Amino acid sequence: MKPAWFGGLFRGSRPFWLGLFAITWALSTWSFQLYKALDARWIIRFPASLTVPVDQWISAFMAWLVEDATFGLFTFRDLTRFVSAVIEAPYDLVRALLIDGFALGQGQQAVEVAPSLSWIAVIAIIAALAWYAKNRALAMLAAVCFAYLAVFGQWASAMVTLASVLIAVPIGVAGGLALGIVSYRHPWFERMLRPLLDLMQTVPVFAYLVPILFLFGFGPVSALVATVIYAMPPMVRVSTVALHSVPEDVIEAGRMMGCKRRQLLWKVLVPTAMPSLMVGVNQVIMLSLNMVIIASMIGAGGLGYDVLTALRRLDIGGGIEAGLAIVVMAIALDRVSQAFAVRKVRARPDPALPFHQRHPLFASVAALTAATTALGVFIPGFRLYPEQLTITTGPFWTETMEWINVNFFDTLEAIKTALLTWLLLPVKRFFTGIPWAWGIIAIALAAGRTGGWKLALMAALMTLFIAANGLWAKAMITVYLITVSVLIASAIGIPLGIWAGQNARANTVIGAMIDTLQTLPSFVYLIPVVMLFRVGDFSAMIAVVLYALAPAVRYAAHGIRSIEPEVIEAGRVSGCTERQLLMRIKLPLAAPSLLLGLNQTIMLAISMLVITALVGTRDLGQEVYIALTKANTGQGIVAGLSVAFIAIISDRILTALARASQQRLGVGQ
Amino acid sequence: MKTKFLISTAVLSAFAAGAAWAEVESLDPIKLTTHDWTGQIVTTKIMGEVLKQAGYNVDYVQADYIAQFAGLKTGDLHVAMEIWETTGREAMDEATGTGNVVNLGPTGMQAIEEWWYPAYMEEVCPGLPDWQALNDCAQEFSTPETAPLGRYLGGPVTWGGFDEERVESLGLDFEVVHAGTDAALFAELESAYQRKAPIVLWIYSPHWSTSKYEGSFVEFPPYTAECYDDPSWGINPDMAYDCGKPTGPIWKVAWAGVADKWPGAAEAIKAFTISNAEMGAMVGKVDLDGQSIDDVVAEWMDANKDTWSAWIK
Repeated sequence: MKPAWFGGLFRGSRPFWLGLFAITWALSTWSFQLYKALDARWIIRFPASLTVPVDQWISAFMAWLVEDATFGLFTFRDLTRFVSAVIEAPYDLVRALLIDGFALGQGQQAVEVAPSLSWIAVIAIIAALAWYAKNRALAMLAAVCFAYLAVFGQWASAMVTLASVLIAVPIGVAGGLALGIVSYRHPWFERMLRPLLDLMQTVPVFAYLVPILFLFGFGPVSALVATVIYAMPPMVRVSTVALHSVPEDVIEAGRMMGCKRRQLLWKVLVPTAMPSLMVGVNQVIMLSLNMVIIASMIGAGGLGYDVLTALRRLDIGGGIEAGLAIVVMAIALDRVSQAFAVRKVRARPDPALPFHQRHPLFASVAALTAATTALGVFIPGFRLYPEQLTITTGPFWTETMEWINVNFFDTLEAIKTALLTWLLLPVKRFFTGIPWAWGIIAIALAAGRTGGWKLALMAALMTLFIAANGLWAKAMITVYLITVSVLIASAIGIPLGIWAGQNARANTVIGAMIDTLQTLPSFVYLIPVVMLFRVGDFSAMIAVVLYALAPAVRYAAHGIRSIEPEVIEAGRVSGCTERQLLMRIKLPLAAPSLLLGLNQTIMLAISMLVITALVGTRDLGQEVYIALTKANTGQGIVAGLSVAFIAIISDRILTALARASQQRLGVGQ
Repeated sequence: MKTKFLISTAVLSAFAAGAAWAEVESLDPIKLTTHDWTGQIVTTKIMGEVLKQAGYNVDYVQADYIAQFAGLKTGDLHVAMEIWETTGREAMDEATGTGNVVNLGPTGMQAIEEWWYPAYMEEVCPGLPDWQALNDCAQEFSTPETAPLGRYLGGPVTWGGFDEERVESLGLDFEVVHAGTDAALFAELESAYQRKAPIVLWIYSPHWSTSKYEGSFVEFPPYTAECYDDPSWGINPDMAYDCGKPTGPIWKVAWAGVADKWPGAAEAIKAFTISNAEMGAMVGKVDLDGQSIDDVVAEWMDANKDTWSAWIK
């Protein structure tokens, strides 16, 4: 099954891997007979008497934390509620500014004292920011993106979403930077923090929504807290790396100028690392937008809520329009923040000039904002985009969907049945048949072979945790769904990536497609997929493949592009055909990059799997989702940790493999 | 939702017209929870608008159907307008058991949940709606994944409903497949309906689907409490659940403190009633005709002034 070039990764250890697979396969196939023959039910089921009630401990701990925990003067809950209030104040302010307007008094007695910003002003501000960061073209792009929000009637919801992004991002960035600085100064802190960051990135958000709701109360603040937890880890990692990579002579120069520790940090280290830090900021923005749908499930409102409600009444067009609104907002914020990351320092204007001449952009935008917002008080069309002028493509999407459904359902059904029979079901039988005890041993062997005994021990303990919590069967269904999805995503994504890596025009088209797929909330395509493929594993698999395609494509393209031209030239000179060039030179050299892509594909597939619980899988994702709807903290966290452990084990093993193959090939990352 | 521009101007003009506010016990906002289905939001907004008319301040807070009980117990949230006997009983009993949450009586709406099929299936399977016909046509309802068994699309696992047990005890040749969310449930129905393809699935009412699609509920032996508790009851002497699903009221519940802090509001909430038909019509206007929930609620308020003014006397 594996192509020849891939075999190179396992050179010298092929008997080991073949043997491991053969034993696993045999045990999986005959585990049931083995249990009957030996009358040992523990072979296929973890003994119920040995399961550890970790979920109950966590639930009990949570109940204690919420109800009884106290610091003497105030309770733990008072503390979290105080944090809520601290976050809520700026959030309300930004919301009032963007959409609600400022009011005095409460409820019906409230009297509006100042209006919210005009939609024209908001568009002008984002365009001006883009212009300031880069050039007029970017300003146009940002303006068009935000104009879409107005013209398609998404403005009010989009501003609610923007308000939560504007609060979540600074908190995530400041928190991430602070943790990054401490990690930079104290290596022990970084070692302690790293596993925590891994968990923050791999435990599905659904798993910790319930405790967050209990602690921070119902409403937008809980959604903001969940968003920050999800979006902050990359900022921590990026800032640690960025600070470490500030050249030693720059720091030395700072010291020679007589900088104190604090001055050295804020005047030398942080400014020098700024371009890299902006990459982290960009990540935080994008991840915050990824959270929009999930946040709306616990009260964030905004565009995510619109997507959910539209799809609940099967208004596919409405769902797509609201989903695309998230995409265009992501594009605008992404491009502008990236432009800030590479912005060149420009000459300061002559201080002798009057203010509006020194800062023409700022002055004109401020004037426009004041004028349009003031006009909005008298003419509603200035405040909110007039509803009569909005357009919708809803009916088009609904009709297209019906046409596909009526005309192509049978064809799609045939393809689906073939894939189910030949791929999904065999893989499912293989994984679900593996006896838990052998599963632990096999994982430990694989981990030990690639990463040494420490990794083996960690992998074995993590797998044991899953089994001991009675989640083995569900975990294996998870592994099966991920395996199948990753296989298909790689089969589609790697060739696309290779093509994009060799052809600039293909790269543009594929790049745009991939960006859209990653920022479009998956719920938007989940419902049409269900209409065509019915509820079940197959629909879940398609949704996972669509989402997890991106890294397979990106890393393959990157791997191909970063091969040195001399090597390819050498191949040409020795008379290689294009095909030989690809198979013998490019692919082997791109192998480490492909492996990293595979790793990322698996990570995304795992993060997506939880969402697919919404279309009815029976895996760990479903377990997490059930815990959420039943507000069962312990069950959710245990299942969430199990998902995270699967992700961590696969990440460590693949990273070790990639490192080994890099060393063998003598290429950098 | 926060104060909107239009609402506050309305308030200003109300002041200008010299309309006197009824004396209310507290101006703190009463927090009503909204969930993710239209009918519940309509119910809640009607209640909210009525309370506003009585002079109370109202906040709508989006919260999960089951998770909200944690908030109702502590007084973070105040009123939940739709707890269905069929899906919420367990959580409601647990919460009222603590004494921090009280049941404010039925909403007047009856929840119906049952197996349902589109009208065109009667041609394929003439014995319907009688449940015994299901076995004669199990083949018609089968798909490649479930063949030779028929495929029954159940609700999300969390809805419960004992469908696996029902299939077992009534000897139905069907496999239960669970949809993950109700959006997925109705997506399948829409798809099958467009193609006139066979389907039998879990439908609940009041909901827009029963007005959009023609079809009927399967008639199982009627539900009784003994049927669920006592295996010897019913057709299958050895197993329980050999009957249909229970129907039951939709309840209103509130934080126990509501009656102390806003006694008048508590009375108004107790007095609230609405019928399945009225609600079905309103949900249809929103989900099928695309009207906004606020417009539909305002329309109802205009047309039923006598009804709701009796609640806030």
